[in-house]
Amino acid sequence: MSKMHQIMLKIGPAAFRIVSAWRRPLDQLTDLYKAYPAPTGETVDFTVRLEPEKPWRRFVRPSVHIGGDFWLPDAAPLPLEQGLLGAEMGMNLQMALGWRRHLLLHASSVEKDGKALVMTGQSGSGKSTLSAMLAERGWRFMGDEFALLSLDSGEIIPFPRLISLKNKAIEAMQDIASEERFGPEMKATPKGDIRHLVPPRDAIARMNKPARPALLLFPRFGHAPELRDMGQAEIFVRLTQASTNYVALGEAGFRSLTRFVDEVPVKAMDYQSIDQAEELIDGLWSELR
Amino acid sequence: MMRDARTLVRALREPSSVEALNNGQWTELISVARAESLIGSLAHRVKDVTVPDRVRAVLQDAVEAHDLARQQALWEADCARRALADYPGKILLMKGTAYVAANLEAGIGRSIGDLDIMVARKDMPVVEAALLDAGWEWVKPDPYDDQYYREHMHELPPLIHRERDRMIDVHHTILPLTARPTPDVKAILDAAVALDDGLYVMAPADMLIHSIAHLFADGDLSGGLRNLWDINLLIRYCSGADPEFWIKLGTRAEIHGLVSELERAVRLAERLYATPVCKSRAGKRRFSDCLYVRRLLARDGYGRETRKITRFAFYVRSHWLRMPPVMLARHLWTKWRKGGKSSDWTRHR
Repeated sequence: MSKMHQIMLKIGPAAFRIVSAWRRPLDQLTDLYKAYPAPTGETVDFTVRLEPEKPWRRFVRPSVHIGGDFWLPDAAPLPLEQGLLGAEMGMNLQMALGWRRHLLLHASSVEKDGKALVMTGQSGSGKSTLSAMLAERGWRFMGDEFALLSLDSGEIIPFPRLISLKNKAIEAMQDIASEERFGPEMKATPKGDIRHLVPPRDAIARMNKPARPALLLFPRFGHAPELRDMGQAEIFVRLTQASTNYVALGEAGFRSLTRFVDEVPVKAMDYQSIDQAEELIDGLWSELR
Repeated sequence: MMRDARTLVRALREPSSVEALNNGQWTELISVARAESLIGSLAHRVKDVTVPDRVRAVLQDAVEAHDLARQQALWEADCARRALADYPGKILLMKGTAYVAANLEAGIGRSIGDLDIMVARKDMPVVEAALLDAGWEWVKPDPYDDQYYREHMHELPPLIHRERDRMIDVHHTILPLTARPTPDVKAILDAAVALDDGLYVMAPADMLIHSIAHLFADGDLSGGLRNLWDINLLIRYCSGADPEFWIKLGTRAEIHGLVSELERAVRLAERLYATPVCKSRAGKRRFSDCLYVRRLLARDGYGRETRKITRFAFYVRSHWLRMPPVMLARHLWTKWRKGGKSSDWTRHR
């Protein structure tokens, strides 16, 4: 069998081995993750595999199949230029299907004053962009994809992987973040145009520091600014849908999620610009105990 | 780099062997164990051995995941029991669900997917109707597949529960009807052992022979290391509990027409997992045993399937075993004309 290249990455509490038939996606990852602690020589939680979809696809119109310890039977292959995206998707997949040490919420999170703001919602709600923007405006970035809710302490554990910017968010962030923090732009991927952004230095340096959740938002981009209350039952059900491992955790998942819903204030938030969102969030934040 | 799954086999056989592994080897072992669905069994085997902290956490995850799988499997069995409460015949649990329901060591840490049950063939229509009535539905209705299952297979086409999203396979025997051996179903049903809740499991010898038939007379050996690990544990349990077991096992294998499969299983279990066996049930060593070992260990330290040619040979063999040549040709022709998708009944293998 052909030789594979491999690197190790550590993000928050999770460590990964990424193996690839091609050197290039790993070089890109190594560059983008250079500020992260390298778990060289340690053991890892998951292996992600980037392989040719068929043997000859290593060379001819190279096509990347995303595999690993956990995998989906019908994952569509990506062109080699999108290998970096493949690696990120592979890591997300390992977490979504395999991680059991926390309740995984499909949510972004940022921290201020030792307290965490968690934002969840459908894709397109702007939760990822909001977290990236707030991270440039005095908040500590904790993650744009998964918020890890501790099963016993109820705290949010950071998982600050590369920020995955999509479509219009790319340009918006290019205006405020320096060029060397960006990865290559990948046009017309299955998820739209994608460009990865390295989180601020501080977010990486403090990636093992949890924070107590103080506010949960359901943002919705593109509507006149407004805050609404939500019923506890709706919140609970939407969070079970937003969690990738709620069912797999059984009773432990139920207990941590009910506690979260009981303790954390929640608002639905409509907004049309980052300034509006920031104003609404600042207002809510100042009212917290 | 691990070139095959030998390290996993050694870890299961002698748990203390993992103490010599370095971190890189552990990472590879975990990938291999996950790929072979043996991570739960490995986790339980190395409970009392020193392992690196992160590995311990990974193994603990596997223990908990399998505890939940066990609970879900038993729940699913109970759902089927309630759906079939009015059915007077015996309902036998099979494979993983049977191992956990009967509290066997083979059930500890074992991954369990679908619920497999067995009932008398004449009762299939009644059972089918009751399950459809209780919320199970056909997975993908296809007239050819449906007819194929009903005429030639040992089970109904798979059903899935519309609310719980769990699959059930209803069997009436342990091998496809087109396979050469014809196991004695009546003997299996007659000898079945009742559980407290009214469900049944196969008697020990039949349970072991079913596992052997599944591995050596039916599939292409995918997941074979896990299957052989079941066989190893079942042999250890049965022979420990009953001094007459080897004699009964031999008789049973003759009744079911699976003597050479039994001998193969006994030889390979001893060779890979050091299972204590009765030599007179092992038959003569064959050259082909090496090919089986080669196929069973075909997994590298990245978790990839290796030895494509050996794998393909066993894949071809599985079809050859499952049906006579003319029928195989007709089946493949029909399947090919329908769009070249691999047929649904290879799903379990």
